[in-house]
Amino acid sequence: MKPAEQSHPGPKADASSCELAVIGTGLAGLAATLFASEKGIYTAQIGVNAGIIHASGFLDLMGVHPIADGRVWENPWEAIDAVTTDIPDHPYARLPQADIRQAFDIFMNLMKAAGLPYRYQPDANSRVITTLGTLKPTYGVPESMYKGTEALKTQKKCLMVDFWGLKGFSAVQLEEMLRDRWPGLQSVRIAFPEVGPSVDLYPEKMARALELRTHREDLAREIRPHLNGAEIVGMPAIFGIYHTREVMADLAALIGADVFEIPTIPPAVPGLRIKEMMEAQIQSKGIPLFAQKRVLQVNHDNDGGFVLDIGEPATQSISHRLHAQGVILAGGRFLGGGLYAGRKKIVEPLFGLPVFQPPERTQWHCSQVFDPRGHPVNMAGIEIDDAFRPLDDSGKPAWKNLYAAGAILAHQDWMRMKCGAGISIATAYGAVNAFAMNARP
Amino acid sequence: MGLIESNSLKTQVLIIGGGATGTGVARDLALRGVNCILVEKKDINAGASGANHGLLHSGARYVSNDPESAKKCMDENRILKQMAPDCIEDTGGFFAAVQGDDERFVADFPTYCEKAGLPCTPMDIKDAREQEPALSEKTIAAYAVEDASIDPFKLVLENITHAQQLGCQFFRNTKVTGVKKSGRQIKAVELLDKDSGKAFCIETEMVVNATGAWAGQVAGLVGADIDVIYSKGTLLITHNRMTHRVINRLRPPSDADILVPGGTVSILGTTSARMKTLEDIRPTVEEVDYIVDEGAVMLPALETKRYIRAYSGVRPLVGTGSQGNDRSVSRSFDLIDHAEDDIDNFVTITGGKLTTFRLMAEKTADLVCDRLGVSTPCQTRTTSMLSHHETQWAVPGFSSRMWLEHHDPDDLLLCECEMVPQSAIEEILASFHVFEKEADLNGISKRSRVGKGGCQGAFCSIRIAAFLYDRGVISANEGIDNIRDFLNARWKGQQCLLWDMPMAAAELQEAMHCGLFGLELR
Repeated sequence: MKPAEQSHPGPKADASSCELAVIGTGLAGLAATLFASEKGIYTAQIGVNAGIIHASGFLDLMGVHPIADGRVWENPWEAIDAVTTDIPDHPYARLPQADIRQAFDIFMNLMKAAGLPYRYQPDANSRVITTLGTLKPTYGVPESMYKGTEALKTQKKCLMVDFWGLKGFSAVQLEEMLRDRWPGLQSVRIAFPEVGPSVDLYPEKMARALELRTHREDLAREIRPHLNGAEIVGMPAIFGIYHTREVMADLAALIGADVFEIPTIPPAVPGLRIKEMMEAQIQSKGIPLFAQKRVLQVNHDNDGGFVLDIGEPATQSISHRLHAQGVILAGGRFLGGGLYAGRKKIVEPLFGLPVFQPPERTQWHCSQVFDPRGHPVNMAGIEIDDAFRPLDDSGKPAWKNLYAAGAILAHQDWMRMKCGAGISIATAYGAVNAFAMNARP
Repeated sequence: MGLIESNSLKTQVLIIGGGATGTGVARDLALRGVNCILVEKKDINAGASGANHGLLHSGARYVSNDPESAKKCMDENRILKQMAPDCIEDTGGFFAAVQGDDERFVADFPTYCEKAGLPCTPMDIKDAREQEPALSEKTIAAYAVEDASIDPFKLVLENITHAQQLGCQFFRNTKVTGVKKSGRQIKAVELLDKDSGKAFCIETEMVVNATGAWAGQVAGLVGADIDVIYSKGTLLITHNRMTHRVINRLRPPSDADILVPGGTVSILGTTSARMKTLEDIRPTVEEVDYIVDEGAVMLPALETKRYIRAYSGVRPLVGTGSQGNDRSVSRSFDLIDHAEDDIDNFVTITGGKLTTFRLMAEKTADLVCDRLGVSTPCQTRTTSMLSHHETQWAVPGFSSRMWLEHHDPDDLLLCECEMVPQSAIEEILASFHVFEKEADLNGISKRSRVGKGGCQGAFCSIRIAAFLYDRGVISANEGIDNIRDFLNARWKGQQCLLWDMPMAAAELQEAMHCGLFGLELR
């Protein structure tokens, strides 16, 4: 894949109309755009990068249910069965498991083709190592991190490396946290090859540095004396941004031991990789992308379509007007701006859709931050029909060709259920298919 | 190590309670050469001393209903401005009335002040609004008074640090479990070290109960009876500072009528609600909404302001009966000699306010010294508070100012919101050596701005935990427990004000600490 030279190029074509407008550039928005484009739907995408840069790179499918019991499922498909039985309005209940699998397979293949290969066991969750040293249940694991999961499972002799000047990533912490499960674990702190005058190291800068072979050679030279028989070396996620496979393979060869990554505190390199890769994909397909822009206002045309006024979020000045036959609303929750919490209630600011929510703010959150029941507000969101169309106050689709996907949907708590990526990918797939069925029969 | 394990600790005075009063008594006694030990079941400022306005009263708040307290406030205000200038920002204050406020009270205010002997300068309304543009355009009267803002954390840290230098010992996380008595005398106090789970005793000649709202509970352990009424007050912290001065609503003391600047933020409060118990005191959504609505009458920008935190403290009101408004009760303090309860060497000091903490300590120490036969007079009227470097980190704006002025090129910012560097954490860790215990995240947070900025601990908790592992301060999975406890402590003040931006920040925190790290799964 060709590295993107610029992070945020303007729209490629000065698009004034499209079949489908995707609002949101998080995982759901990006997946929807790619799925629609695969189907030959003329699509445009609008959004600021709020959420996706916080992605860890792990693609959760379904891990925990019921939340209150903290039950972690080994088989995510059985977990989906359970959650859709217990919560019939859960977004996963809107499409058959075969479609969820199909969506995941297509998505994984896209990632692989774009140079970000994933590993997953078809019917099992994996336990991955986090920067805190906890083990997280997830489904799709970037290849660069999966080796760590395997090494832990097979108890390979491992050296955990961290760096002077890199905050919030401690090899000693990982050793302390994992020592009971991983007796052969050692740790060392080394200096990162000189990349600039600043002592404060940032993973993105380190990852960019390692795209160059000379820095990889320097790094390997620093690590080798500490190997002490280690078969594998763990590091923060810094194996390049655009050429992770090559960087990883080269580092392993230079060090003389396998290597793997652990994602650092968000926003981190794995999220950046996904964002850059997806944007490059979208550009290469000639899809108009209004990056770092928001839809400021929506009007409706006479044919049941939408007129989107697009502009700068900061100044609220409108720079583009886009006609779209259909819209997929994938703006995320509060961080992404898809939902807005006022002092009295939660609203969906763009279409004024009803938001399923607790009756009063007093009931939004529990008094303990880690209350095992989860916070009720995290189940709030947009309610949809089986065609992913948001419902109005009377329970009917609000608009014939308005669809919603991703974290904005109600009746799921992706953070506690560990189903964020899965919901994004599956509902994006469902919404695109529904649009295709509905708008172009 | 020896101290705790030897089981044979002895002191002249055992002080219970690590708030402003307890640490003030410790410093006062230490300055008189009296040997003392202070024990605290949590950490410094765990009660009302850490949950107040940070207001150094001019006294004007009390001129109408409690002129005696007003006068005491004025005197102490002036002493503290001389003796503890590093803990105080001499902002000055306004009393301002808006349309609809009681005009009679407005008209009488200068007379009340004059009667109490308090300076009060009438302001031209245009001038007042020019000097404080946040004031409502409906302002109808304004007076300037000598209010100031005082940093309760720095104040208490200075008190205890000075006392420790003079030989006082301080045990944190140490709870009183009982006493050994002989006749009318307490011989020893029984304690529990909550970190190690070990019980131990301290033999003492006098016991001072300076436990604020908990005074009744502690007195009960000794066999004395105090009727303490709990009056809860809730306050809000704005994201940035809104005024230069303290702004008081010019009306009889009521809810949400004072805004106090504190470094880079402002603090709005308070409320007054009777509580039956001291368990789980926390601000509520209803209180927060009420404070915002009330405050916005005087300062309209409060309506749309971003708030970063809320907190609640409990005022202990002693012997006031059960009727009437808690605000009409004297804010003067209570020094109780329990000789009346047949215990000759036990005194309780409670009530009062932050502004009068020094006077409360003086009166208590006078009584204690009288019993001990110590004739050295009080020194705190004339002895300046020292300013210890490690106590500065608690002051809003200090660490960012230090960082921007100069920092070592090897240093790293572990808290990026409030700009607290690794070197500050090192200094705080070093200051813990006197406890013979290691620091935890909550202890570090008490002594710095860590967790008090925009992220409310979501990010800095991870960076500091990693640093504590690197330094060998924590091991095994203690870091996870530290982060969980710390975030839960921060949550207490966040949960009730999660709308607008803070809602997005809370979502990000949940996504990281639950979604990614799975900290709820244990």
